[in-house]
Amino acid sequence: MDLLGINPVLLIASLMVSATPILLAAIGETVVEKSGVLNLGVEGMMIVGAVVGFITAVNTASPVLGFITAAVAGALLSVIFATLVLYLKSNQVATGLGLTLVGLGISALLGKPYEGIKSPTLQSFEIPVLSDIPVIGPMLFSHDPMVYVSVIIVALVWYTLTHTRIGLILRAVGENHDAAHALGYKVLRIRFMAIMFGGACSGLGGAYISLARVPQWTEGMTAGAGWIALAIVVFSSWKPWRTLIGAYLFGGITVLQLNLQAAGVDIPVEYLSMSPFVITIVVLVIISAKGNHGAPASLGRLFHASN
Amino acid sequence: MIRFEKRLSPSRATTIITPIIAVILTMIAGGIMFALLGKPPLEAIRIIFWDPLFDPTFASYSRPQLLVKAGPLILIAIGLSIGFKAGIWNIGAEGQYIMGAIFGAAAALAFFPAESALIFPLMVISGALGGWLWAMIPAILRAKFKTNEILVSLMLVYVAESILASVAQGLLKNPDGYGFPGSRNLQQYPSAFNAEVIANSGMHWGVISAFMAVIFTYVMMTRHIRGFEVRLLGEAPKAAQFAGVSTTRLTIFCLGFSGALAGLAGMFEVSGPAGQITIDFNSGYGFTAIIVAFLGRLHPVGILMAGLLMALTYIGGELAQLMLGLPGASIQLFQGMLLLFLLATDVFTNYRIRIGVAH
Amino acid sequence: MTDMLLDIKGLTKAYPGVVANNDVSFEINRGEVHALLGENGAGKSTLVKMIYGLVKPDSGSMTLNGDEFSPASPNDARSGGVAMVFQHFSLFDALSVAENIALGMDNSPKPRELAKSIREVSQAYGLPLEPNRIVGTLSAGERQRVEIIRCLLQNPKLLIMDEPTSVLTPQEVDILFKTLRQLKAEGTAILYISHKLEEIRALCDTATILRHGEKVDTCIPAQTTARNMAEMMVGASFANPIRSNRSIGHTILSVRALSTKAADPFGTSLHNIHFELKAGEILGIGGVAGNGQDELLAVLSGEVQSQPEAISFKGKPVGHCGPNKRREIGILSAPEQRLGHAAAPAMSLKENTVITAARRMTLVQNGFINWKVTDEFSKNIIADFDVRTPGTDTPAGSLSGGNLQKFVVGREVLQNPEVLIINQPTWGVDAAAAASIRQKLLDLANRGASVIVISQDLDELLEISDRFCALNEGRLSEILPSAGLELDQIGLMMGGSSDRVQETSP
Repeated sequence: MDLLGINPVLLIASLMVSATPILLAAIGETVVEKSGVLNLGVEGMMIVGAVVGFITAVNTASPVLGFITAAVAGALLSVIFATLVLYLKSNQVATGLGLTLVGLGISALLGKPYEGIKSPTLQSFEIPVLSDIPVIGPMLFSHDPMVYVSVIIVALVWYTLTHTRIGLILRAVGENHDAAHALGYKVLRIRFMAIMFGGACSGLGGAYISLARVPQWTEGMTAGAGWIALAIVVFSSWKPWRTLIGAYLFGGITVLQLNLQAAGVDIPVEYLSMSPFVITIVVLVIISAKGNHGAPASLGRLFHASN
Repeated sequence: MIRFEKRLSPSRATTIITPIIAVILTMIAGGIMFALLGKPPLEAIRIIFWDPLFDPTFASYSRPQLLVKAGPLILIAIGLSIGFKAGIWNIGAEGQYIMGAIFGAAAALAFFPAESALIFPLMVISGALGGWLWAMIPAILRAKFKTNEILVSLMLVYVAESILASVAQGLLKNPDGYGFPGSRNLQQYPSAFNAEVIANSGMHWGVISAFMAVIFTYVMMTRHIRGFEVRLLGEAPKAAQFAGVSTTRLTIFCLGFSGALAGLAGMFEVSGPAGQITIDFNSGYGFTAIIVAFLGRLHPVGILMAGLLMALTYIGGELAQLMLGLPGASIQLFQGMLLLFLLATDVFTNYRIRIGVAH
Repeated sequence: MTDMLLDIKGLTKAYPGVVANNDVSFEINRGEVHALLGENGAGKSTLVKMIYGLVKPDSGSMTLNGDEFSPASPNDARSGGVAMVFQHFSLFDALSVAENIALGMDNSPKPRELAKSIREVSQAYGLPLEPNRIVGTLSAGERQRVEIIRCLLQNPKLLIMDEPTSVLTPQEVDILFKTLRQLKAEGTAILYISHKLEEIRALCDTATILRHGEKVDTCIPAQTTARNMAEMMVGASFANPIRSNRSIGHTILSVRALSTKAADPFGTSLHNIHFELKAGEILGIGGVAGNGQDELLAVLSGEVQSQPEAISFKGKPVGHCGPNKRREIGILSAPEQRLGHAAAPAMSLKENTVITAARRMTLVQNGFINWKVTDEFSKNIIADFDVRTPGTDTPAGSLSGGNLQKFVVGREVLQNPEVLIINQPTWGVDAAAAASIRQKLLDLANRGASVIVISQDLDELLEISDRFCALNEGRLSEILPSAGLELDQIGLMMGGSSDRVQETSP
């Protein structure tokens, strides 16, 4: 059953684990960008979530509490971004980068005393009946709960955006903030909430890395996952289900290339490790060359209410 | 009701005052942070900002280090600022820095062990070329396909890091290096060594290039038509079109220029302070330079000062680590706070507060 | 129950420096189609904003159905039964028709019901719309339908339409009129803002004419000639044109079969523009804004390119040349939008000079800007054109409208163009500055240069131009000598009467 010395069941299973933190951050950022704001601080919010979640889990022996506090921490950090960008009209690119830096710094400081400690981690939750299906069972249905939660969040985001009034208003704000304002909608308030949601999701994603995937704390352990998440948002044309595919694809390529390296396949390691990024670029180009890439028309533009 | 009303042109007075206020606010916030960490706040601030410059025990060592750290930051930030002014966001300077280092080192090692006065200039050209080429990728993709340059340039950083790891262990590996990854040490190759021009001052050719870049860019932005076009594009795109400015040409120029400068910085670093191509040779200058560019308000002289200030926080931070056991990450946090405070106070430069009734 | 729906008494609104509406009164009855007529700047939009709750009147009152009506916001106006279709739509391109309509409604029904209502209502009024279509794929006329259906679904008593036919094809205009007549038959009143005389005579029961913020008259279009309406709209004041005895030379600029496609749905395509401009002559192009003026300027200035032979300068094709190439050979221009297009607001006057004069005045040598020479030239402009400003370092945005325009015109005139094309030279400019700008243009022509003046101000055009024509929906009317031109001829050329449109020439 093994191909090139790689077990496909393990491959897909580890792909899902690898993709989950990026998926969480990406789906959160999708909502933020759908409302018209570009938050480059995803990496910072993720790592803050990672450290806060870790510390909470170690001190309370409850990984669940860890995830909850991680989400709160991510949301709080995003409030700084929201205040600067929405109310103090600061440049979104610079502010997002500043946020990342602050996040990296805070997390390293907070995490110092916790380096090398193991945290309690999530138990795998085997979905009854489904996990007994041969091959597919262990592949898809025997993961820790957060994997399922991430998929549920994707579904919820999709449903809210396409089938509810608040989702419609959010999309409208992202499309044409002037028209939304003219129709009486509170652009800034909606964006503020979207940004907080994105922060919470990024926090969850970060916590997954420190609590489930590794599970340990090391300085800078997100290792660029936040930036990947940003790319995946564009890659998936701001569509929730495509974000799922994008994250899994990226997770898949990452895991595949690691496995290929381990299996001693005769491709230079570096080409394998750069492949996910190159592929992402190629896809980005294809999407933008097609013209209608689905970006919210107001993305990144400053909203200045003029009455 | 408090509203913000956009100013016609940034108020000159506040342009100078706000960075100072931001620095002061950061010192206060930093002080609080240090206190929370159990370190004496005033002493920490002093160690970071004052001692590296003036303390008799350390200054002679740390002052040159200041220039070593500031040089690449300023060089890269100058390049970035041109694009930022026109709304062209090169976030991948770190990747261009790496490629410049690789190209520069490769040029040198191709001639090893021959000695010649022409080798160093060749390295300079190669370094600039490497960075320029790497920046051309997002440039052309943006010009032709309107692909977002933020993401492309960023992804290319990771690609560049992979290439770096590859050449450190393959193409450029030192044959006499006992199997360890990494290239020959260029500090031991006289023709290629980027030595200090004035002994013990920290001023190597990279630092000198940084100062030259400041002057060059200042002249270009204030006196050359190209600089004018960049400013016009950023200020009033329709007027730029009216003036016959080609957005495509300008995009390629801005990205190319910043790529070349970043590549130069990488080349000077690898042939100077760092010495050799290693797997993790790059230390984040490309990203920190973005902060320096904003701190310096995208102005050459501002960037010069911001670069020196950032370098001071690096050196001072290392000192504080040594002396007070302050964790290294606190400096990163410090720098991040500086940027955010600046962005926060910036609102007063561009907007006026109006308190009153609407309509 | 009386027939009267909306009674407007003495509405007045003033802004710093200008009285937008002065004591305007009229009535609208149920089931009446009431036109609001006037040129740009006459006060139509301010009046309508007061009715729709966007602006509070300084004095005066309104009653709706006998009750006091003073809406503080569009929401209030809507609850009172007043709906409005703006000239510039508030639509979201990436969303569907149903989603757009839902967003514009205060209490939108469930999606399935909404889709059903949209289909029913749109069919019933002859404006069929498919609820699931993405708005970005709709034509301008279909987009207007979305706005109209959005209003109709809230059962308005008064429907205000602002320049509704500006984006419609003739067929779409017919469809719209059918719809409006149907609404009228059901008792809905319609306030129809327009400057198109023929349409108003075809559709409207009554017309109120505004000029300079005041009501001139309320009349019945069917019983008034187009000429009378034009006279009332435009006013019979006529300064005697200062005709100079200027000798007109050979053709210097020749435009043939010039057509362009509009860049966006709100733009105007140009169709087969044809004229010959002679040395030393001033050609006046009239017309209400939105008929292709900006597009014509862009294609003549070089910002938009055309077929090379469509525009010839001294016999050589230049249609493919960019703005700077044209400046080099002597074709200069000044667009309508001063801040943001003709000048960068945040940059100083000195810097703004570089934008157009860099090459022609050799302000740039070897790529370097000679600031000293630039400063001198700027100072010349300021002195010669009497621009009131502290100095050349003042940001362009801080100048008053009149002064900035004097600077912009001066910048081009002092470069000694052979052809100058200028769009709305004195719009929003105080009388003294306007007079001086006009005189400068005359002086320029006296020196042998040719000038094309595109303007909404007929007095001005007739005062300074040698020949006159009008732009209407991207088409140029026939070109007639300005001397002796009659007001009703002009009004009709501008208002879209078809028998005055230029034949498409071979």
